[in-house]
Amino acid sequence: MKDQEPNDILYPEQYELYENGQSLIKPHTRRRFFTLLGGGVAAAFTFSDVLSREVLSSLDLQELREAEDSIAAWLHVHEDGKVTVYTGKVEVGQNIRTSLAQAVAEELECDVHSIEMIMGDTFLTPYDRGTFGSRTTPYMAPQLRKAAASLRVYFEQSAAKQWKTDVKNVKAQKGSILNTRSGRSVSYGRLSEGRKLLHPVNEEVSLKSASDWKVAGSSIPKINGEDFVTGRHIYTSDMTLPDMLHGKLLRPPAYGARLVNLDARRAEAMSGVQVHRIGDFVGVTAADISTAESALFALRAEWEFTQQPSRSEIFQHLKKHASVSGEEDASKKAAETMFQQSANKLEQSFEIHYIAHAPLEPRAALAQWDGDILNVWTGTQRPFGVQEELEREFNISKEKIRVRMPDTGSGYGGKHTGDAAIEAARLAKSAGKPVKLVWTREEEFTWAYFRPAGLIEVRSSTDTTGHLQSWEFHNYNSGGAGIRSMYRSKADHTRFHSSNSPLRQGSYRALATPANTFARESQINDHAILLKEDPLSFRLKNLEDPRLKHVLQVAADTFGWKSSKKENTGYGLACCFDKGGYMATCAEVQYNAENKEVKVIKLVGAFDCGTIVNPKHLESQIMGCMLQGLGFSLYEYIDFRDGKILNPSFSHYKIPRFQDMPDIKIVMVDRKDEPAAGAGETPITCVAPAIRNAIFDATKEKINRLPMLVKGL
Amino acid sequence: MELKVNGKNQSLDVPAHTPLLQALRESLQLTGTKYGCGEGACGACMVLVDGTPTPSCITPVSNVRNREVITIEGISVNGKLHAVQKAFLAEEALQCGYCTPGMIISAVALLNKNPEPTESQIKEAMQRNVCRCCVYPYIVKAIQTASKMK
Repeated sequence: MKDQEPNDILYPEQYELYENGQSLIKPHTRRRFFTLLGGGVAAAFTFSDVLSREVLSSLDLQELREAEDSIAAWLHVHEDGKVTVYTGKVEVGQNIRTSLAQAVAEELECDVHSIEMIMGDTFLTPYDRGTFGSRTTPYMAPQLRKAAASLRVYFEQSAAKQWKTDVKNVKAQKGSILNTRSGRSVSYGRLSEGRKLLHPVNEEVSLKSASDWKVAGSSIPKINGEDFVTGRHIYTSDMTLPDMLHGKLLRPPAYGARLVNLDARRAEAMSGVQVHRIGDFVGVTAADISTAESALFALRAEWEFTQQPSRSEIFQHLKKHASVSGEEDASKKAAETMFQQSANKLEQSFEIHYIAHAPLEPRAALAQWDGDILNVWTGTQRPFGVQEELEREFNISKEKIRVRMPDTGSGYGGKHTGDAAIEAARLAKSAGKPVKLVWTREEEFTWAYFRPAGLIEVRSSTDTTGHLQSWEFHNYNSGGAGIRSMYRSKADHTRFHSSNSPLRQGSYRALATPANTFARESQINDHAILLKEDPLSFRLKNLEDPRLKHVLQVAADTFGWKSSKKENTGYGLACCFDKGGYMATCAEVQYNAENKEVKVIKLVGAFDCGTIVNPKHLESQIMGCMLQGLGFSLYEYIDFRDGKILNPSFSHYKIPRFQDMPDIKIVMVDRKDEPAAGAGETPITCVAPAIRNAIFDATKEKINRLPMLVKGL
Repeated sequence: MELKVNGKNQSLDVPAHTPLLQALRESLQLTGTKYGCGEGACGACMVLVDGTPTPSCITPVSNVRNREVITIEGISVNGKLHAVQKAFLAEEALQCGYCTPGMIISAVALLNKNPEPTESQIKEAMQRNVCRCCVYPYIVKAIQTASKMK
């Protein structure tokens, strides 16, 4: 399939995927989804929750053979006209439940509110690698679009056949096919009767162009919004099952600590408490959380500690343990030679601290062993990945593991693993009852993986006319995403060096692109200043991509880049291209010389991600990105010493709050002639360098560190 | 333990020190009130106690005896959304929605006390509530919108 997700775009900093042995994801497959129980029976079994069994009566087994491309894998129209859509993508607040429904409604010509989205259920939805990398909009939406358009064409043909008229005399509208000659119409529900679902998706079906969109492209409100404002929505952490127990886990007091002795007698003596020990894994269960917590508290554990690097030495540590490669490359020598020959040289390094995702809903899972079926509900961005982790953990076949993902209290790249699911399933197996496990905030801040810390060294040069000559860029540990410079230079040597992280690390929204962009855009800014050139003109001169130049210009114009500054204020800007999206950000900061405090006054973001699918939700993603980015720009970092996390709470780990909000303006560049790219990540990339450059402008101080405003780091 | 929650008298068999959050979620199945931090620092567990927004995760259930507790489930009456709830929908003042019940509780308390708050009063009153998706400007807008609806 043309729009199938590429398999080769994993970045080194997606450590959590490698850690679980899942870096090489099977190219599979919706075929397995249909064939796992054999032919038509599979479809009946798989769809039994939501579809009528009459579906089976008309199954065409020839078509079923190619079921991975069948409409039924993605869409079903019920007899009452309701439409069910199946996707392995999941909802964590990015509002794809809404945007994907819009895509289907647009092509199928039906009411968006007649659509029910089944998302991230390993028994019901086609295989999906996970909801990350801004891929839902560029890959899943076209897939559903094609399925919906194929189904519409099928309905048009069926109706035309019934009416013995040419297909050009019929027209799909509002969930029905209209005979434009006779004025008669027949509903999709009547036409489907639950049959013919396994018609193949036509890969060549013509799709509407964005300029003809009516439902897609508009600001349809979050389709299940009312469930959230009333508190009715059931997150994993809200779920219960009959006889369910609550679980709590004994965690080591520090990284690298090993359990050497456990006295569980006091806990075991407590009424209704069970202590579960599987190797070093120790947990307790009880009928209520308070009792489970008391039991956990009653465990007497002895630990053996190992020496662990601390935050104060992290950057030396990462550099010391880095893999060195490319030292002998021709590109390295060329960059070096060019650097030495250039008129204006600039060399500096940047420190990026570990940060936490801190999703407001901590990791949670509910596990139930039902005969030989393992049912798990968990908040994860990779339900099928969790299914694979459970398969390995319990050595049972995937077909017996059902992972479901209720709309979850956010992820930001932090919920790619099945930790809570495995832990809950272990406890449930040992207890013989369903177990729910909700991580505490402290566990979330300690044992979830972090955005990697990193050291970035940049050496670059320009000629006397302000054109970049050499560009040498080394990233130690933080990651390879967004590492390539968009600026033209005569010699470029760019390398990522993996290292040995003392803390568990992994994906974070936009991966390492914010870190690499921070270093690159700071360096570019400083080159301009060195040459006494305007940072905007310097960028426009050294960039090639017209879309990137355009967002830069739009952001600068909206911001008033050329406007005169108030006293003690500074302006900064930055731009980035990543994952199909073009972002530029301008910042205004105010410097108070007396107490040496810096305040972000204003942010302006301009973003082009091609065709806009839902303007309000796009703006919301840009807004969320820019303001979340404010946190790691200014004050978010994980502090640790001797393997212990020192600030594992919201009272010690500062995140953006209401009173931290600057004035913010967002401009969305709608390019109906370009395909829609994802938007949940790229807008986060430019906040930090824009602010850093504004601080430099105001104070002449270069703060080459994230976070910038924490003293003494 | 005798409690009055969302206008109904409830009798709970839980120890006095049980956090109100757990009593609501486990004993009364009122799961709209969320756990976020356990230290009263994020606002996900906010409920109204005699009209005052209160973090239920650090409030022992014995503290609310003979007091009026309102949770998010008690904000809409007979299925009719409160102005603040309508405004949150109208302004799309949420992404993942996990902070939303606590946000709405704090906003309702603010508007009951001060029906026409300024922007800075809104930010000050809401400072204890965290939206990690960071749609703060939409939440401020929603509270202003709700203020006009009343």
